[in-house]
Amino acid sequence: MISLIPPGLVLVAGGFLLPLLRNPWRGWLMLALPLLTLWMVWLIPDGPVLSGAFLDYTVVPIKGDALSRLFATVFVIMAFAGAIYGLNQDKVSELAATFVYAGSAIGVAFAGDLITVFVFWEIMAIASTMVVWSAGSQRSYQAGMRYLAIHLFGGVVLMSGIVAYVGETGSTAFVSMSIPLTVDSVGAWLILVGFLINAGAPPLSAWLPDAYPEASYTGMVTLSAFTTKTAVYVLLRGFPGAEILIWIGLYMAFYGIIYALLENDMRRILAYSIVNQVGFMVAGIGIGTEMALNGAAAHAFTHIIYKALLLMSAGSVLFMTGKRKCTDLGGLFQSMPITCVCGIIGALSISSFPFTSGFISKSMISQGAADQGLTVAWFMLTAASAGVFLHAGIKFPWFVFFQKDSGLRPPDPPLNMCVAMVLFAFLCIAIGVFPGPLYALLPFPVDYVPYTFSHVITMFQLLLFSGLAFFLLLPQMKRTLTISLDVDWLYRRLAPAVIRRFGEVFVPADQRARKMVLIRFEKFVAGIFRHHGPQGILARTWPTGSTVMWVAVLLGVYLVFYYI
Amino acid sequence: MKDKHWLVRPDTIRKLWIGSSVVLALLVIADLFVHHHGAFGIDETFGFYAWYGLLTCAAMVFAAKGLGLILKRPDDFYDD
Repeated sequence: MISLIPPGLVLVAGGFLLPLLRNPWRGWLMLALPLLTLWMVWLIPDGPVLSGAFLDYTVVPIKGDALSRLFATVFVIMAFAGAIYGLNQDKVSELAATFVYAGSAIGVAFAGDLITVFVFWEIMAIASTMVVWSAGSQRSYQAGMRYLAIHLFGGVVLMSGIVAYVGETGSTAFVSMSIPLTVDSVGAWLILVGFLINAGAPPLSAWLPDAYPEASYTGMVTLSAFTTKTAVYVLLRGFPGAEILIWIGLYMAFYGIIYALLENDMRRILAYSIVNQVGFMVAGIGIGTEMALNGAAAHAFTHIIYKALLLMSAGSVLFMTGKRKCTDLGGLFQSMPITCVCGIIGALSISSFPFTSGFISKSMISQGAADQGLTVAWFMLTAASAGVFLHAGIKFPWFVFFQKDSGLRPPDPPLNMCVAMVLFAFLCIAIGVFPGPLYALLPFPVDYVPYTFSHVITMFQLLLFSGLAFFLLLPQMKRTLTISLDVDWLYRRLAPAVIRRFGEVFVPADQRARKMVLIRFEKFVAGIFRHHGPQGILARTWPTGSTVMWVAVLLGVYLVFYYI
Repeated sequence: MKDKHWLVRPDTIRKLWIGSSVVLALLVIADLFVHHHGAFGIDETFGFYAWYGLLTCAAMVFAAKGLGLILKRPDDFYDD
């Protein structure tokens, strides 16, 4: 019976309840809701559980399988740890939005039809914008507005795609669309574009590093988990083996590295590295073998945990110092040991160090490429793996916790934030050392042994020599007070400039034209006044005789026309 | 000198460099004793992952630096 309630709705409803409660009740509810949801997620059996009709279409709000449960599970784990981390966040609007956001992500994970996907997709867009806005600054307001515009645009593309797809196939079922992914399947292509916008794919990747780092210290932790990973989920479900995704994914992986290398803001570095990591997953989905798809799914799972850990570490630094630029930070390892160690564990995990979670997930994607003989993809994935250590694995901890001594000596953050970090640091290592339970959750049977002597040695070689490159080239990476231009320049600078220029030309022309029309009109009115005004020829009282004459003329003319 | 944390003293940093160099050397030497199952040939050769990691990272750093010449702007660029 309980499995007839979509588990995501529990978090959504709970989110609306949070502002009505005071602490400690609010805190207890924040911790209890994810646990209740986790229980409900695991009660959902395989196949459609709930279905109905909406207009003339079948909707299946709950449909279970291994892939849905995997993503729903990690979303709930994230909501739980995020709740612990956010216990001392006094902005209730953000906490409420976070729960609605997490709940709608879980809603997408169990959606059996495209209409349900769309509904939860849009709730996610609005709730995540609320999370960005909750930071309360002018910058977060503006960044949130741009974020919302991009995601509403993505929603329109997705809706158009769904309408076209349902028109083409007559079915609303959310199943793999890769097979008819031909040039003429407009619906599937538009759906793919809609999904990719949320994944942070080119050309619109800039929304992510633009908006997320403007959220609060807790806000960015949750933002990093849901939008891009639901996109990975729907791509896994809808477009496995769509070859174009290999190249899109590889582009994202390198885009993330290059921009993160140029970046000075610690949370923007981590934002670019989200695009980089999602790139690995998207490439894995494009490769499309069971090995690669398992790898993409597993990597989404481990990524949510280590990326949240990295952002909790960065969030703690921001919370305790109020600073976010690498140029202002450094030397914090001395006074923030827990934050530093947890940050390093997250950094090692994202770099796929052996005995951390990233190692047992990402290597399956590379293995998928090798099995298929995808030479270019494999060499690029391997280079990108080295680059992850460079741009996030060393760069983040080095510039925040070591490099120069900034003189800052903040202590570790409050207990709840430390507990959340330690929990996720523990998971990063536990999953890395014991990959069995995660492998058991994957959509396909796992025929892969990550820990061979050869694999461990080669991975250490790749990563530690990347580390050597980092320290040898450190003078080349001196931090500067800069940002890097991206596609968002088009809508933040070029478009407004064009509109302003257009205004400069158009407004005077418009004024001239109106003036001319006005002058003509005045002349016209003056003319009428001349004829019809008190002194006008047409306003005079005419004798009856002349009226009769004119009536006779009119009738005569009428008669003539009648005969013609 | 005394008020500096032990980890950031020049003496420790020198030792860290020496220790790391030994680890790197050992990792490459370990390649002699491992039978790799590469898929492309070159990835089975001696020390492949070491030089590939080093060179691609160097390439990425310089690529970023090059692009930075065009893309970098002061960080108040978008502030009105």
